[in-house]
Amino acid sequence: MSVRISEYATRSREAIRDRPEVRTAVTGATVAFDEKRRRAYGEVDADSWRRWAEGVKNHLLTHLDDYLAEAEAQLEANGADVHWARDADEARQIVLALAARHSARSVVKGKSMLTEEVELNPALERAGIEVYETDLGEYILQLLDEPPSHIVGPAIHKTLEQVQHLFADRLETDPGGDPDELARAARDVLRDAFINADMGITGGNFLVAETGTVALIENEGNIRLTTSLPRVHVALVGIEKLLPRMSDLAGFLQLTARAATGQPIGCFVSLVQGPASAPGDDGPEEVHVVLVDNGRTDVLLHEHAWEALRCVRCGACLNTCPVYRQTGGHAYGWVYSGPIGSVLDPGLLGLHEAMPLPFASSLCGACFDACPVRIPIPELLLSWREEAQQKGLTPWKERAALAGLATAATRPPLYRAAARIGTRLGATRAARKLPMLSDWSNDRDLPRPSPHTFRQLWRQGIK
Amino acid sequence: MKVALFVTCLADHYFAEAAADAVRLLRHLGCEVTFPDAQTCCGQPAYNAGMSREAVRMADHTMEVFADCEAVVLPSGSCATMVKKFYPRLMEEADRAVQAAALADRTFELAEFIMRRLGVTRLGDGLAGRRVALHQGCHALRELRLETEPAVLLEGAGAEVVPWEAAEECCGFGGLFSVKMTDVSAALADRKLDSLPRVDWVVSGDGGCILQLDGRGRARGDGVEFVHLATALWRGVDGWAGEAMAERDSGGRHGRSNGQAGRRLE
Ligand code: SF4
Repeated sequence: MSVRISEYATRSREAIRDRPEVRTAVTGATVAFDEKRRRAYGEVDADSWRRWAEGVKNHLLTHLDDYLAEAEAQLEANGADVHWARDADEARQIVLALAARHSARSVVKGKSMLTEEVELNPALERAGIEVYETDLGEYILQLLDEPPSHIVGPAIHKTLEQVQHLFADRLETDPGGDPDELARAARDVLRDAFINADMGITGGNFLVAETGTVALIENEGNIRLTTSLPRVHVALVGIEKLLPRMSDLAGFLQLTARAATGQPIGCFVSLVQGPASAPGDDGPEEVHVVLVDNGRTDVLLHEHAWEALRCVRCGACLNTCPVYRQTGGHAYGWVYSGPIGSVLDPGLLGLHEAMPLPFASSLCGACFDACPVRIPIPELLLSWREEAQQKGLTPWKERAALAGLATAATRPPLYRAAARIGTRLGATRAARKLPMLSDWSNDRDLPRPSPHTFRQLWRQGIK
Repeated sequence: MKVALFVTCLADHYFAEAAADAVRLLRHLGCEVTFPDAQTCCGQPAYNAGMSREAVRMADHTMEVFADCEAVVLPSGSCATMVKKFYPRLMEEADRAVQAAALADRTFELAEFIMRRLGVTRLGDGLAGRRVALHQGCHALRELRLETEPAVLLEGAGAEVVPWEAAEECCGFGGLFSVKMTDVSAALADRKLDSLPRVDWVVSGDGGCILQLDGRGRARGDGVEFVHLATALWRGVDGWAGEAMAERDSGGRHGRSNGQAGRRLE
């Protein structure tokens, strides 16, 4: 997925003005998910769970080298092959080489944001390999040639009518078909794809270092098939997805499901231990785990941003985010959108590439309350903002105005005079020409100052 | 108790009467209110923009102005949060964490002060029959965790606080956010206004939120009336029966009603 973050202002405006159905669909779905998440948190001692999960991930991230070595050893002991990908290109080359070795003509895929991040599908297609996304939402988007707009619900920005129309057109379903009918039509296509696939590609929600187990959460059963039916299973896993022990996994499976969808646990949890142990046993003949860095080590070394690596990609912060709800994910311009995207993208891509995402937030703090691993997203946004100011990545007029405010605010008489002039000016038509207020006043009526300032009232005596 | 009012920039210029109502309310509850004249801006605009050096300068100034005050009260959840929560964080790097923490402990948002410091939950019944929607500023809600205080005080004064689907959602102000990301910010306000139930007033303890929602509401021609929490609470006292007043007065803690009943809203 190409990076279009710098177009955030225009693309968010277009989403709001020209595609109102996106806002309706996204708001409706995220409000419902957020409700379920709240209820599911309320059923348990969510605060303690979240603190525990934060602690486990912090421990992992501060001992990541050891746990990666342990995971590699365990995976190999289980008969899986481990590959290391420093960046997106290496990740693609590894998968392409595996596909070539097995003369793969067709692959099925489980939903994976990491494969979006490393742009795997286009690379496979260029190599002449047929790719089937088997998650229903991902399948819809593949037909439309659109990237996912949400970590958990990739097609959350689509309305039922749009999908009915698409399927009627492409799969010859009834134009008024209900969701079950539509799912059935997709299943018919995908069943053949599963049977004919030479290779199954997935991500990984967790990788337990102690046992070398890749854990995958889903609700549709397509990941179970992707990991078990084809002869070869390849899992791409970000290096931050590790968990130290098997006993940690139980907690994380439950907490992640509660955060993501409000479920006590996902409908399907697949634990991939390695290939089938004997010919004729269930499972693939080969299991490959590709451990992907692609900027994560840089994030880990960053003074503040490392906390974003605790992320379990549950999407709870997107669901609760009032900004995300207005535009959906595409406006953010890259794979990871919403609150987590705004703090992770600058780390993975470099701050310059990710501007203005740290500023695409009102800092309302709802994301922190929702996050199962307590990533202090508002604080991280602020530290990215600070870095952006120091590097001169923001408009100089803005910096000058704020520096001026600080100078005035430390000299009370100057401040009082400036504030009075500013307020009165802000209420006149001239304000529509002032650099910052002109945008404000396009969508809003100008603020009305009080007839007397409080200082004046105080001096007159308040009765 | 001696209380210093930190009026905040927006209240000084846009909600002056509401700030005056805060003074009336505090006096009514038996406080002696002072107004340190050298106060300016708490520094939040710079802090939110990531200009921490500038924010530190403003925080230093504010900490000096309010250094000797017994209690500092702000008619703004957002600016109160700046002093209570963000100064300690900000000043840690400037080596003045101790002073910042000391000021933080003595600083309160208005409703927070009334309930948590003074322990008062019943102001009067001046809001009897009023249907109000409560918009909590995000900082008041999620940083100060004033999840119940403003509603308890409003309901205690007789108001009906009407459920609102988007009650806890951000209005889209966010200071700099509303000028930098103006379209998205306006869309947030629309979500609030579109889901607003029928009410007499929308009450909020944050002037910034009111400027945003009222500005957008007027541009849309919604005709919604916004009232600052300080004014709503003072109106809650207004209808206080003389008898009850006298009872409280006998405790010697509270001043007599100052005859402002029926005073017109700004
Ligand atoms: S940042 Fe937290 S809430 Fe958001 S996707 Fe990651 S784990 Fe979930």
